[in-house]
Amino acid sequence: MREREDEWTDLMRSAISGDGAAYHRLLKAVTPVLRAAARRGLARAGQPVDQSEDIVQDILLAVHLKRHTWDANAPFAPWLFAIARNKLIDALRRRGKRVFVNIDDFAETLPGEAAEQTASAGEVAAQLQMLPARQREVLQSIAVENASIKDTAAKYSMSEGAVRVALHRGLASLTAKLRE
Amino acid sequence: MRMDTDQLIRALAADNTHRPRTVGFVLMLALLAAAPVSLLIFFAELGVRPDVMTAIHNPFFDLKFAVTIALAISAIAVSLHLSRPEASLRGFGWWLLVPAGLLAAGISGEMMMPQRVPMMTRLVGSNSKICMTAVPAMALPLLAGALIGLRHGAPSRPAVAGAIAGLLSSGLAAAVYAAHCTDDSPLFVATWYTLAAALMAAIGALAGSRMLRF
Repeated sequence: MREREDEWTDLMRSAISGDGAAYHRLLKAVTPVLRAAARRGLARAGQPVDQSEDIVQDILLAVHLKRHTWDANAPFAPWLFAIARNKLIDALRRRGKRVFVNIDDFAETLPGEAAEQTASAGEVAAQLQMLPARQREVLQSIAVENASIKDTAAKYSMSEGAVRVALHRGLASLTAKLRE
Repeated sequence: MRMDTDQLIRALAADNTHRPRTVGFVLMLALLAAAPVSLLIFFAELGVRPDVMTAIHNPFFDLKFAVTIALAISAIAVSLHLSRPEASLRGFGWWLLVPAGLLAAGISGEMMMPQRVPMMTRLVGSNSKICMTAVPAMALPLLAGALIGLRHGAPSRPAVAGAIAGLLSSGLAAAVYAAHCTDDSPLFVATWYTLAAALMAAIGALAGSRMLRF
């Protein structure tokens, strides 16, 4: 457990200093843990656990857009679990449940369980349709078609800078729409 | 169109080249943008008191600035701390005791000096109504700025963070208002400035619980 969390902290430090591959690895590594916690939270609130993937994606977007609030001298896991707890509470509230998420759901004693994705997420995909065409195309190209920023720029005759801006704006407005 | 989690992660990783600004930087920008509005209210409606050149030799006049600026600085420190999701007030709330301590020291200092004016008269003063309207009026634009800046953060307790933003705005507003007000007794400050700060904290808590959720 300690080792795993130290590894996360190292990966996040590399990510903050610009290492995109480390960032990708970190997000892949935390996702199964977040998924397990989201399922546990849903189950405890008497909600169907097949909604967990929406919560996982919501958490990942918040982690991404708020990563500047992480203090690089502090361990990463408590910050991550604080974001996750907030998002889980939000999700349960939006489903009309007044629940108190047990801190132990995300505590450091979290068991090594890691859940694979079984259900698919619908909320992010649905909001994607509402984005301006340019942002949607760029997101689709990079996320779904696995194209690089360079290839995406060539395909849509945009500069790489414009692709980066559209990608960031797309992710930010996706997050804003999810909160409505 | 679908977007499974691995695909979303790919998009997030590609966006890692975007370097977000710190909350402190964004908060400063937002406060600097709001400050002219408050200063406009001050110079249009109030202005600096005419005897300011003699007043600055009065330690109790100067204390008003020390207390209010201490409140603003400690509230800025606490609100930046609270903009981290894993943070709590614990271990950081004592910052807010600094302005309270200064005020308490001022009150006991004044108590030890011979006074011509009775205590209740000093406490009630002659500007309490202006104080209670001018400080919140000047604080409101600053509170709006502070909340906009703090939206860049990720507070787990948005209402608490909003209340601290209210204290921040009233500290800054009161530091400007102090140059107008002719009531210099720490008893007046402890009563009316505190009431104005409490009002702004309440407004901040209400607004924060909506605006600062992430």
